[in-house]
Amino acid sequence: MLIKRPDDIPASEITDPELYRQRRRFLQQGVAVAGAALTAGLWLPDSVEAGTRLANVKKSVWRVDEPLTPYRHVTGYNNFYEFGTSKAAPARYAPKTLKPRPWRVTIDGECEKPGRMDIDDLIRPHALEERIYRFRCVEAWSMVIPWVGIPLGAILRRFRPTSKAKYVRFETLLDPEQMPGQRTRLLRWPYVEGLRIDEAMHPLTILAVGLYGEVLPHQNGAPLRLVVPWKYGFKSIKSIVRISFVERMPRTSWNLAAPHEYGFYANVNPHVAHPRWSQRKERRIGEFRRRKTLMFNGYADQVAGLYKGMDLRRYY
Amino acid sequence: MLFVVCLLPVAWYAGDLLMHGVQGVFERYADPIKTIEHQSGIWALRFLILTLAMTPLRLLTGSLWPIRYRRMLGLFAFFYACLHFLVYLFLDLEFDLADVTEDILERPYITIGLTALLLMLPLAVTSTRGWMRRLGRRWKRLHRLAYVAAVLAVMHFWWLVKLDISEPLAYALILAVLFGIRLVARQRQVARYMRRVSSPDGAKRNPG
Ligand code: HEM
Repeated sequence: MLIKRPDDIPASEITDPELYRQRRRFLQQGVAVAGAALTAGLWLPDSVEAGTRLANVKKSVWRVDEPLTPYRHVTGYNNFYEFGTSKAAPARYAPKTLKPRPWRVTIDGECEKPGRMDIDDLIRPHALEERIYRFRCVEAWSMVIPWVGIPLGAILRRFRPTSKAKYVRFETLLDPEQMPGQRTRLLRWPYVEGLRIDEAMHPLTILAVGLYGEVLPHQNGAPLRLVVPWKYGFKSIKSIVRISFVERMPRTSWNLAAPHEYGFYANVNPHVAHPRWSQRKERRIGEFRRRKTLMFNGYADQVAGLYKGMDLRRYY
Repeated sequence: MLFVVCLLPVAWYAGDLLMHGVQGVFERYADPIKTIEHQSGIWALRFLILTLAMTPLRLLTGSLWPIRYRRMLGLFAFFYACLHFLVYLFLDLEFDLADVTEDILERPYITIGLTALLLMLPLAVTSTRGWMRRLGRRWKRLHRLAYVAAVLAVMHFWWLVKLDISEPLAYALILAVLFGIRLVARQRQVARYMRRVSSPDGAKRNPG
């Protein structure tokens, strides 16, 4: 008989994140004090570890007025196939193998100032903002997550995209040592996602570097991930190493794996069902009853204009 | 004893519920409804396969004890399948009949899951000694439906996974092995019979 561990390990078996963070903070404060004593003013690489509080985070007007999904579920229940296909796998394995620092990001393609730079140099010129967004998975569950990030448009403009830049293509790290799930051939690695340039430049689209006011945990796509709140979660690519301006619509990972199930646009749309489940309703993690799924995940006022005149059944 | 063991999967989650309450369960499991939906489905399939493993086990070991447990295992398969269906119907879809009909009509994996469950129903009903006696030889033929239900259940599982078919594939392989054992045993039986019929003294013993 095949006896398997249940997919969802009770969260209680994972170290309580509060406790974990307290321990971390205690250690870091210790390091910080010792460091300051020895080398006053030196930049501490430790301060970008997952769980560290991010300083100077502006609150933004983009905050959903709904209860936040508890930290332990945001960081303990998600899909990140680079670490396995169960929802508990990312939290279990990503912290062991993924190394989010040092991390370099390449920006290339149809732009005047392509470059390859350290993630801290990419981020430093920008103010960090907290955005409380709904997050809707294509599997019909959802969360409310306080991300910390930067509008993607502000970063992209620094590289001066040309008129040929019609789409933006994103790529996750390719390294089976750090991402053991890449040894399987479930998806074509590295994971690739894409946006139309106007979607990428939209003020709601952000690159996140943190959540709950802290540095992004490994399992949530450290150190840099996309968040596009009106699209299904798989569009929000994690652990990005490359951003390219391109002229043609990029072929994206889930679309290549199952073209009839996952389109390029993947806008949250209660009227267009996935072949294996209806998208009319969703279960908010932590809630007993399902709730109605909102058009564009509740962001229709902001983004419906991007798709005016498009047949959203055809471009799902 | 076996009865208690068979109850462990459901007792595990019932215990969670009793100890932590609904609130506590929602804190421990991100999506407890999906969790029991998956666990009950998985255990229904496991018990169904275990049930079907009893005859091959008898063939391999030559002893009769596996057959004694067959009925109980089969009824547990049915029990977990019912639980699975009820969780789906009342907790997952909240008895929204429009959603249920859409699922059954438009989603082949649901249609096939329901078919498997409906096939198991007459088997559970006729599993008693009384029905065995009443149906005689037909009982055996009727209960061959259990194979069909198992195949449909594996297909149901196969069609619902997003990409990673390794788990349903494992169950499909186990089923294939179980079928294989029966097939080989049966062929041997036929061969033995043929030999007996065609040998001269066999023919003497079986005139006509
Ligand atoms: C009326 C009949 C049935 C319905 C409506 C039904 C529905 C479902 C649903 C909705 C899921 C979860 C899909 C998801 O991941 O979202 C599921 C999973 C599953 N079902 Fe069923 N099912 C039925 C009958 C059965 C039967 C008879 C068996 C086995 C004997 C079975 C075995 C499974 C298994 C193994 C899973 C996968 C569990 C996992 O993902 O770990 N189902 N079913």
